[in-house]
Amino acid sequence: MSLPAIIYLMPPSPTEIDTNPHYPELRRAVRQLCARFPSEYWRRLDAQRAYPVEFVETMTAAGFLGALIPEAYGGGGATLAEASVILEEINRSGGNAGVCHAQMYVMGALVRHGSDEQKERWLPPLAEGELRLQAFGVTEPTAGSDTTRIQTRAVRDGDEYIITGQKIWTSRAEYSDLMLLLARTTPLEAVKKRTEGLSLFLVDLRGADERALTIRPLETMINHHTTEIFFDGLRVPAANRIGGEGMGFRYILDGMNAERILIAAESIGDGGWFIERAVAYANERIVFDRPIGQNQGVQFPIAQAYTHLRAADLMRWHAAELFDGGKSCGAEANMAKMLAADAAWEAANVCLQTHGGFGFAREHDVERKFREAKLYQIAPVSNNLVLSYLAQHVLGLPRSY
Amino acid sequence: MNVAVLVKQTPDTAELPKVTVAEAQSGELQATMVINPWDEFAVEEAIDLSDRFGCETVAISMGREGETDALKHALAMGVDAAVHVDERVIDGGDEWATAEALAATLKMVDTGDQVELVLAGKMSVDGNSSVIYAGVACMLGWDLLVNVTRIVDIVDGKLIAEQAFEGGQETVEVPLPVVISVAKEINEPRYPSFMGIRKASRVTIPTLGSDDLEIRPSSTTRWTDLDKPEPEDVQVRIFDGASVEEKVTQLADALMAEKVI
Repeated sequence: MSLPAIIYLMPPSPTEIDTNPHYPELRRAVRQLCARFPSEYWRRLDAQRAYPVEFVETMTAAGFLGALIPEAYGGGGATLAEASVILEEINRSGGNAGVCHAQMYVMGALVRHGSDEQKERWLPPLAEGELRLQAFGVTEPTAGSDTTRIQTRAVRDGDEYIITGQKIWTSRAEYSDLMLLLARTTPLEAVKKRTEGLSLFLVDLRGADERALTIRPLETMINHHTTEIFFDGLRVPAANRIGGEGMGFRYILDGMNAERILIAAESIGDGGWFIERAVAYANERIVFDRPIGQNQGVQFPIAQAYTHLRAADLMRWHAAELFDGGKSCGAEANMAKMLAADAAWEAANVCLQTHGGFGFAREHDVERKFREAKLYQIAPVSNNLVLSYLAQHVLGLPRSY
Repeated sequence: MNVAVLVKQTPDTAELPKVTVAEAQSGELQATMVINPWDEFAVEEAIDLSDRFGCETVAISMGREGETDALKHALAMGVDAAVHVDERVIDGGDEWATAEALAATLKMVDTGDQVELVLAGKMSVDGNSSVIYAGVACMLGWDLLVNVTRIVDIVDGKLIAEQAFEGGQETVEVPLPVVISVAKEINEPRYPSFMGIRKASRVTIPTLGSDDLEIRPSSTTRWTDLDKPEPEDVQVRIFDGASVEEKVTQLADALMAEKVI
């Protein structure tokens, strides 16, 4: 239908920077939901160091956090590309998908390697939102990125495993019902390859023996609800082991490409938010009788950051396409994560610089998003390790570590 | 009894001010097109009636070729089926011809049972004519209820509803079939779920053209001119004062000086 004569004058919307034309209906649906959780909501949570329970419940009820669970188990049966749009839009709206992204990729191990019985038991309540699987216990104080050297042990005792050890930077453990845990079932000295002898467990945190499990929150520069966890003889049913004993490292590697691509999408969302805010402020802020955005010293860095963001996004889509096509995508997923995290960080710096002193004011949200965007240059894998991976496995250079 | 809901695809309200006269004249809008927000209330009510009375629901929209985003949205919200009517079935684009085409479509729609209730939003954010549904009721020879805020019950071939009017509300009873325009007070439209979006993306929406309708409604009105008012020059004043009382006093004085109050 042609538009009739009366065109209403509505308040102008903020400048919207088109970062992505894919999946418009899904994008719009996520944006609509996120609009119920405006910047003030996230700012308040950040100040209170509180977990966004209402946001997570709303997203779960709408089926967004169970998107990657197969439809047969009550989930959305999404492609990774679709799932990445959901997380991107959360960050694009000014929110922080980090509070719930693990619900998407952690369960990948269960979906791909869990037994039928495990999937039937756990996936439907996860899809329904009755259970949260938001925590992934891998990193340890002494092992860092050298995952094969983790020291948390799981020793078989009849129908159970006894877990002893310590994890650090395990996020959202206080707000999760279940945790995926990587522990060594065969000592490092007893395996031929150090990637062997690690096993993956689904730990039910509800009602766990308090003497055997201690979760201690860690204060950080962002509201990421991260913790350190101490296991002192925690008993976990052997039925909760995912896949074969000693195969855990392979299983988590398997899920890392998905994680990298999802994190890349979050960074793309962050970058879009920063660019949009920077452009809006550069246009409206008048100094010396003209908008500051009229100065090339202000507009060029924004344009450059935007260019880098769009380029990073192309790698994200390329990696997602390979992943969804069942093709090898280790290099592309890692490059997407690194490029997107760097582009988001560049956009964050540009946005803060454009805002000048006002960028430091909490009410503009730039400083909060600035702190949050930095994380993805470091986690879930440091960009330096991405470079090491590319140098060794793609370019054939000697292993550097 | 089955339910049909009329939906229109309109520019996103946030982007309406960006629509130019040239775009409006050509129909080639650059704005993001979405379901008319008022129609979301009608879609929500159709889905609710489906839950309450077990009826099938179908969304119908007339628009440009391939313009099915509004219908996809209705499907994602939960209606059972959707039908797109190519706008070229009518000559021109006025409300009367549009209503005639929609009425003809309603006669053709096969939902397994008779459509006896047609729902529509009370207006569209772009056209704001608020007469399409009245025209449809007229063409079909059905009763019409406007500004309905609650459908109380459907029993014994009758529909009981509450409708708002200026300064009050009344409860009315009409025999089916009936056309109803809904007010925003009637419900809170749901957000499409991820599963709904996925389901909608897989649906192939049938399009009806001139050959299907076997009629050629003709517009009786033609645009002779199209204009867009210039934005008003709005001035912003911020009242500074030591206390709330002082600020409010200044505000009240200013409003009285401008003869607003």
